[in-house]
Amino acid sequence: MGPALTTQPTTTEEIHTVTEHATRDLLRLATAGSVDDGKSTLIGRLLYDTKSVLADQLSAVEAATLARGGGEVDLALLTDGLRAEREQGITIDVAYRYFSTATRAFVLADTPGHVQYTRNMVTGASTAELAIVLVDARKGVLEQTRRHATITALLRVPHVVLAVNKMDLVGFDEATFRAIADEFTAYALSLGIPDVTAVPLSALTGDNVVDRSTRTPWYDGPTLLEHLESVPVGRDALSEPFRFPVQVVIRPRTAEHPDYRGYAGRVASGVVSVGDEVTVLPSGKRSTVVGIDTFDGPLTEAHAPQSVTLRLADDVDVARGDVLVPSAAAIEVGTDLVGTVCWLAEKRSVLGARLLVRVGTRTVRALLREVNARLDVDTLTVEAWDGVDTLHAVDATDTSSDIPPRALTLNAIGRVKIRLAEPVVLDEYATHRRTGGFLLVDPADGTTLAAGMIGATLLDRLTPTSTAQDDDDWFAGSGI
Amino acid sequence: MTTLSERTALTQLDALESEGIHVMREVAGEFERPVLLFSGGKDSIVMLHLARKAFWPSPVPFTLMHVDTGHNFPEVIEYRDRVVAEHGLRLVVASVQDAIDDGRVAERADGSRNPLQTVPLLDGITANRFDAVFGGGRRDEEKARAKERVFSLRDEFGQWDPRRQRPELWDLYNGRHKPGEHVRVFPLSNWTELDVWRYIEREQIELPAIYYSHQREVFLRDGMWLAPGGWGGPRTGETLEVRTVRYRTVGDMSCTGAVESTAATIPEVIAEVGASRLTERGATRADDRASEAAMEDRKREGYF
Repeated sequence: MGPALTTQPTTTEEIHTVTEHATRDLLRLATAGSVDDGKSTLIGRLLYDTKSVLADQLSAVEAATLARGGGEVDLALLTDGLRAEREQGITIDVAYRYFSTATRAFVLADTPGHVQYTRNMVTGASTAELAIVLVDARKGVLEQTRRHATITALLRVPHVVLAVNKMDLVGFDEATFRAIADEFTAYALSLGIPDVTAVPLSALTGDNVVDRSTRTPWYDGPTLLEHLESVPVGRDALSEPFRFPVQVVIRPRTAEHPDYRGYAGRVASGVVSVGDEVTVLPSGKRSTVVGIDTFDGPLTEAHAPQSVTLRLADDVDVARGDVLVPSAAAIEVGTDLVGTVCWLAEKRSVLGARLLVRVGTRTVRALLREVNARLDVDTLTVEAWDGVDTLHAVDATDTSSDIPPRALTLNAIGRVKIRLAEPVVLDEYATHRRTGGFLLVDPADGTTLAAGMIGATLLDRLTPTSTAQDDDDWFAGSGI
Repeated sequence: MTTLSERTALTQLDALESEGIHVMREVAGEFERPVLLFSGGKDSIVMLHLARKAFWPSPVPFTLMHVDTGHNFPEVIEYRDRVVAEHGLRLVVASVQDAIDDGRVAERADGSRNPLQTVPLLDGITANRFDAVFGGGRRDEEKARAKERVFSLRDEFGQWDPRRQRPELWDLYNGRHKPGEHVRVFPLSNWTELDVWRYIEREQIELPAIYYSHQREVFLRDGMWLAPGGWGGPRTGETLEVRTVRYRTVGDMSCTGAVESTAATIPEVIAEVGASRLTERGATRADDRASEAAMEDRKREGYF
C-alpha cells in the first residue's frame, strides 16, 4: 500500500464546529465498477483520506491482511463482504458507506461489480444523485463501462463522474486520460446523461482522490472529493412539479385536537405553499392548502424532501395512496402502464401473471399484459417484438421454438405493458424521477420481482428500428 | 416568492430526520402491530423522538418493547419509566430473567446476558403478534449492518437470511410478509454516531446521565472498564477503582464498558466522539470483539 498508510491520520484537527455542521448537506452517491477497476481501493481511499476509518477498523483490516498471508495493508479490505457471502458465493446487493467533510456528508452505495451486477447497480443508482463510473486507465472504456453508463442513464442519475483510475500505471499520461474521457463523454451524451466530469486519479497512491496530485500538472479540474463536495444537491427534486403522496391521515381526536385532520407525507418533488390549490388524485377532488404543520411549528412553504403534514380547506376524502398535485397542471392518471422494468427476482416473468404494483404510497392489483422489448446489456441493443397481449391471446405463454424466449429473467431490462385494477398517477420517470418509479411485487410471497420506471424513453431510443426522434428534452425536467 | 436557486438543499440532519419520519409513517400505513424497541440507549431515544414528530399532534401509535437483561444500569431504567409515563406510552418488557427461570435460555458461564436477549426478544414479538419491529441499528456500526435494509424481512424463527432480503429502490419500501414473519425496520440506517449526537444537541434531547462523565467504581477486564453488579463482576484478582468515565453505548452491564472521559456536556461529547480513534462498538462492546463475524452470526439468529 502507499506510503500514506505508515502514519495514522490525526483526527483531532478534523473536529468541525457546530456552526459548520448547521449548513452541512447530504449527497447520496453510487459507485459502479468491478474489483479489477480498483473500486474497493477507491472507496477505501475516500474513507481513509477523509479520516472516516477508525483505528479498530484499520487494525481489523491489518489482521485480515495477515490472515491472508500478510503483505501490505489492503485498503480494499475495508469494504470486504460478509462471511455468508463468501461461504455461499452470493453477493448482497448494496453496502452503504459513510464519510463526511466539513461541508457535506456522503452516503455511498457500494454496488458489487460481478454477481447480479445489473440488479445491484439499479438498486444503488435509484437513490443516487451522483454516480462514479470507474475505468482502468490501461484498459479504457470497455463494454462494462458502457453498461454502467446505460444503467446510470436509465435511472436518470443527474451527475456522473468518470474516475479514470490507475493513472500511476500509465505514467500519468495526459493523452491517455483525454482519449478515455472524450470517448466516455460522447457515449454518455448519446444516452442523454447531462453532466459528466472526468477525473484522472490513482486510488492506490491517492493522487487526485482527496489530495491534489503533483503528477498531473496538465489537469486543472477538481479532485474527486472536491467535485463530490461541489455538485448541487436536490436540484432535480426541487425543479420537478409538486407531488405529495399521502402516507398516513393524522386524526388525533384528543381533547386538545378534537377535529384535527391532516395528511402526513413527504414532499416527493417540488414546492407547496399555504394557499395553493391542490387536486387529490386519482379522485380529482380539489381543495386549498390551509396549513403546513410540523412538530416544530407551522410552515408557510415546504419543499422536497421535507416530511410535513398538510391540512386542506375542505373535508375532501383523502387516504393513504392518494397524491396531492397542483390543480392547474394536466397530469396523467390511468390504468394502462407502459414501463421499463429491471427484473430483480430468480423467478422469471410470466405473461398474464397477477401482480401488485407499488407506486408512491399506493399498491394496486395488476396484470402483466405484455413484454415487448428487451435490452441486452452486453451489446446494448434492444430486441423488440410484437407483444402478445394477454388480454386477447389464447395462449399467453407462447414459447414456440422459432420465437426467442421472451420472458424477463434476473437482471434483464425490458419494456412492459401492465393493466392496473385501479387508476394511479402515471408520471413519466424521464421527467419525474421521484414519483415515476414503481415496484412489481409477487402477491403470493411479497417478493420484489422488478423495479420499474413509467415510460420507456431510453429503450425506445436504443431500439434500432425505432423512428423516435432524438429527444433533447429527455432531461428537461431535471433543471440542470 | 423564493426562486429555485435561492432555495437550498436540506441540511444533513434535516434530510436524515425527514427520511426517518418517512420510514415511520410508512410502517404506520402498512402494518397492523408495530413495536419500537426501546432500551433507553441514545439510538432508541432518537427513534422515539422521531416517532413523536412523525405523528404529531397524534400520540405515538407504537407500543414500546424493552428487552430487559436484568443487568441494567439503574439510571437507564429510571429514565425509561419516566419517558413512558411522560408521553403516555405503552411498554412491554421482555425479560431475560423470566426466560432463564422458564428454562427457555440458560445462563452463560461468563455471566454475560447480551447473547441471551434474542430468545425473549423473539418470544415477545410472537406473543404480542408484532409485525413490524423498529430497531435503532445504524449501518455505520459494523460491517454486517452495512448491508442491512431499512425494511429487513425475518422468517418465523426471527432469522435474517441474506438471500431473502429484498432490494430497496427509491423510497418504495416493501413490507409484505407472510403470517408469522415480521419485518425489522431501521429508521436510523443512514445516521452515524456523530449524527445521532449532533441531532441530540440540536433537538436538546435528554439522555440517561450515564452518557456523560461521572465518577464510578469500575474494574478492568479484557481492556474494558466494567461496572460491578450482581451479574458477576468483579472476580477474584479484579480490583475496583474509582474512575472518571462515561458510556458510549448502553447495554447489558456485563458487557458494556465505560470509557474514561471528562465529557460532561453534549458539545464535549461531540468533540470527544469526533476525535475518537475507535468505533463505539469496538471501544465498548465485549460481545462484538468475540470474532470477526460476531455481529453477523447474532444477526442471523434474530438479534437486534
